[in-house]
Amino acid sequence: MTNGWVDIKNADVILAMGGNPAENHPVGFKWFMEAKKMRGAKLVAVDPRFTRTGALADLYAPIRAGTDTAFLLGIIRYAIEKNRFHEDYVKIHTNAPLLVNTAYAFNDGLFSGFDEKAGTYAKDSWTYQTDAKTGFAKTDPTLQDPQCVFQQLKKHVSRYTPEMVERVCGTPKDAFLKVCEIVTSTYTPERAGTITYALGWTQHSTGVQMIRAAAMLQLVLGNVGRPGGGVNAFRGHSNIQGATDIAGTFDILPGYLKTPAGQWTTLKEYIDANTPKLLAPSMNYWQNYDKFMVSLLKAAYGKAATKENDFGYAWLPKVDGNYSWMYICDDMYRGNSTRVGGKEPGPEGFISFGMNPVGLGPNSKKWIAALSKLKWLVVAENVETETAGFWKAPKMYDPPEPSNIQTEVFLLPAADFAEKDGTFTNSARWIQWKWKALDPPGQAKSDQEILARIFLSVRDLYKKEGGAMPEAVANLSWSYPNPVEPDLSEVLKEINGKALADIPDPKDKAKVLKSAGQQVDGFGQLQADGSTMCGNWLHSGVYTEAGNNAQRRSTADPNGLGMYHNWAFSWPANRRIMYNRASADAEGKPWDPKRPGIWWNGEKWVGDVPDMKPDAPPGEFGAFIMLPEGTGRLFAGSLNDGPFPEHYEAIEAPVDNPLHPKVSSNPASKKFSSDKDVYGKKEDFPIVCTTYRLTEHFHYWTQHQHNGVLNELQPGFFVEIPEDLAKQKGIANGSKVKVTSARGSLEGTAMVTKRLRPMKIDGKETWQIGFPIHWGFAGDPNHTGPLANLLTPSAMDPNTWTPEFKAFLVKLDKA
Amino acid sequence: MTTQNLEIRRSSASVLGSLSGMRTAKTVSKYIDTTTCIGCKACEAACVEWNDLRRVATEQTGTYQTMPTLHAEYWNLIRFNERDFDGGIVWLMRKDQCMHCDEPGCLAACPAPGAIVQYANGIVDVNPDQCIGCGYCETGCPFDVPRFHQTTGKMAKCTLCVDRVSVGLEPACIKACPTGCLQFGTKDDMVELGKRRVEQLKSTGFQQAVLYDPHGVGGTGVITVLGHGDHPDWYGLPADPHVPWGVKLWKKVLRPLGVLAIFGAVIGAFSHFNKYGPKEARGSNDPDRNLPDA
Repeated sequence: MTNGWVDIKNADVILAMGGNPAENHPVGFKWFMEAKKMRGAKLVAVDPRFTRTGALADLYAPIRAGTDTAFLLGIIRYAIEKNRFHEDYVKIHTNAPLLVNTAYAFNDGLFSGFDEKAGTYAKDSWTYQTDAKTGFAKTDPTLQDPQCVFQQLKKHVSRYTPEMVERVCGTPKDAFLKVCEIVTSTYTPERAGTITYALGWTQHSTGVQMIRAAAMLQLVLGNVGRPGGGVNAFRGHSNIQGATDIAGTFDILPGYLKTPAGQWTTLKEYIDANTPKLLAPSMNYWQNYDKFMVSLLKAAYGKAATKENDFGYAWLPKVDGNYSWMYICDDMYRGNSTRVGGKEPGPEGFISFGMNPVGLGPNSKKWIAALSKLKWLVVAENVETETAGFWKAPKMYDPPEPSNIQTEVFLLPAADFAEKDGTFTNSARWIQWKWKALDPPGQAKSDQEILARIFLSVRDLYKKEGGAMPEAVANLSWSYPNPVEPDLSEVLKEINGKALADIPDPKDKAKVLKSAGQQVDGFGQLQADGSTMCGNWLHSGVYTEAGNNAQRRSTADPNGLGMYHNWAFSWPANRRIMYNRASADAEGKPWDPKRPGIWWNGEKWVGDVPDMKPDAPPGEFGAFIMLPEGTGRLFAGSLNDGPFPEHYEAIEAPVDNPLHPKVSSNPASKKFSSDKDVYGKKEDFPIVCTTYRLTEHFHYWTQHQHNGVLNELQPGFFVEIPEDLAKQKGIANGSKVKVTSARGSLEGTAMVTKRLRPMKIDGKETWQIGFPIHWGFAGDPNHTGPLANLLTPSAMDPNTWTPEFKAFLVKLDKA
Repeated sequence: MTTQNLEIRRSSASVLGSLSGMRTAKTVSKYIDTTTCIGCKACEAACVEWNDLRRVATEQTGTYQTMPTLHAEYWNLIRFNERDFDGGIVWLMRKDQCMHCDEPGCLAACPAPGAIVQYANGIVDVNPDQCIGCGYCETGCPFDVPRFHQTTGKMAKCTLCVDRVSVGLEPACIKACPTGCLQFGTKDDMVELGKRRVEQLKSTGFQQAVLYDPHGVGGTGVITVLGHGDHPDWYGLPADPHVPWGVKLWKKVLRPLGVLAIFGAVIGAFSHFNKYGPKEARGSNDPDRNLPDA
């Protein structure tokens, strides 16, 4: 979230789209209600289904699953056409005035630079025209130049008329226009609106661009950086946010630093390649990349990391391709890996920690077959999940005969969340300490003990037996008082970082800012010369000399906006609203004095922790300090599938893209080609299907609950079917139905409902159905059910490699 | 019935309660705002857990609703209703449970002395010690709430967590509610809250919003904000609930008549005695008189 949970109460308009917060974030949803009750805020819900959120919305609009980009670009078009955008904000705080490279083009669904064979874009034309002397981007502050971002945006969205939105999304024009009117009502300075989303946007082959379209809409309306505004992602469960921050995926190191790639052979090459070149007066905060990276290397390798050896940069693994978990599954299944350097054998073992890929990965049959080919599988869990017991999969998953499976499975009993200390980082970026409630049962161990014991054994082996490059592991710093089960507060201290030598005060060299051994106050004190260490620059400030700030629990809220600066620690720098410089105008005055983010008092910025150099007067730097242009990007050259969002159909869709049928789906998205990766055609599978979660269940855990009440609240797998479709097919409510995709079929109880309606898509009557995840073949036999992901395809967003769970094709029959 | 230390306002099949007036107990009420309820069922789980109720086996029959209706082991149920409305639909969720009527039909209908009581704070509760499981309370309830419990042979329903309330805690369902659509307090405060919310709803497009606190049962200890107040039936609520006439007839006419008849019989007997004196023995041929001594 750019803002926070509590801040939702400050909104005048809430657009809930790509998520069902009432269902999936019931506790946080109280702030929606607070906004409605206290401010008379309007809640707009846009969803394929009339959901629990829809039930409480002031306005609900139906949409075809997977077409949200078209809908959002339609609202941007409306805002520009009707002059309902925040012009002053757009001119100061966005890159609207910057001139786009003349080589940039968009024709028939393809952006310039597409390499058809590789299925990837070269992004060199997705840039600005720059001044030869300064290197800065050229601008037209009047926004009239046809090459300026604003005019390019206007041109790009001009195709998304209400009629086109209706044709693509199936949303009746009237309903769409009502949404436009309410959402764009926040374009004035005295109003603010927020957009909330969740996996309904991320889990598409175009997921990132959907979210970008929402961010652009918020920039156009002047809602980013303001209390009651922002683009707010709701995380499915704790501790997803923390896992991402601390490098839960293959392509990032802690704090979103890039994983080194093979072409950057030295630390300098790595730093140079990742430090952005200034394009406008901006703090360009990533210019500190070297400080963050060197401090991270010092945390990783301790004394072994020296200036002479590039702080151990050479020991870090270099990625030579895509190691996201979908690719790992593909490698396991095919038994080989085709990355840079040609054919290699696939992995022989797999450690599954805190996830259940057979349940939550797409195309369950492929996962089960892939695990069947391993030599060994380690699962650390507190229950026997579908992954731990994959070889017990029923016939419908086409598992190999158990006698033919040679995989040796180790199920390590792991402590549950309540059985260990540590932190949760919530959607609002608050790092909150939690205390152990009880001891783990039996032989169950904490995650850190399991990891520590594996690490110490592997390190011993490297020390004893050597190997190709033992230093990478042997030199890792492990200076915890209890090396077998490190105290997590020690780990949190390491994440915060400390001075390894005296750090002089840059304003007065005679003074010492931090003396050797002291915890740093924040990432501003990190150094590139090896005199500081820090496990994650973004979390720096969480454990200072003042103590463990994640444990703070003050409910003081002086300005009544719900920022709670002394409750836990919010990264970065305890800032509660990101980009808050944009909450004020050119002179530093709040757009809305009743809801100030920060403001310039003549000497410094006050209010929230400023997202700006505290003493830099208005106008010195742009509001978006992480970006080299210093302004919010309406045009962004950094993504893998286009500088502007564009509507592409899902990989499986009921129509060809009405905008450009020849380039129907995202040309940069990725599919797989094994025999298990089959994709359905609209002729065979005419119905759009989507998947979702329920309030009453927690992921795939509730079915393991033996005597709890939750299974009674939602007692079994069901398929939601529109009334008229049920009538056509002779399906009665509560009867059994069979749903089939190109990958398999499953049975469930029909829930015939008015909450799904037929739609006209490109002139064709189209139906949508859906079913929840949560069930599987593991757990209490009274509560098992089919895995929803038996039917979902292995197709991915080309930026995050997130699978497309939310829109695919099926057919429906009576069982 | 889980507490004995509250004063009793009304008691079934008894003429008097035990109100001494010693303690000042204000009438309490739950407040339910259906326009901010998300139907998450946290209240259902909290009810089952706090009251140590047994698990009821349920099955998916094609609805989000946990079970078709209330149950002797399930006193709190969110009812889900889909209705066509204004070219679209509404999906209404309402927490169903004992309404704790000010004039409880169950209590009126109950023939077992003290089996149903109304405490001084307005909570209506079943006392299993006295309950004879006859089920008359079912017929007296205009909201179809009390249920016969097969295992215990007693009647069961929501106690408004009288055990919690009597020690100053809010009911378990209120405690568990994540959105604040459930509140608990004095009836006066809750009515005030409800009126304000209704006014707000009316100003934001819900012209028909009402606070459901029906007069037919003297008002309820569970008051409900309905967005579509012109259609309480959409929420599974009766439009104008009353204690059934049969129960009223019993309570207001026949039972007082019965009491009168008893008194009449006593007075009659007394005056008969006065007038005619004691009954004379009929003589030695009376068989009752000729029993041998034991």
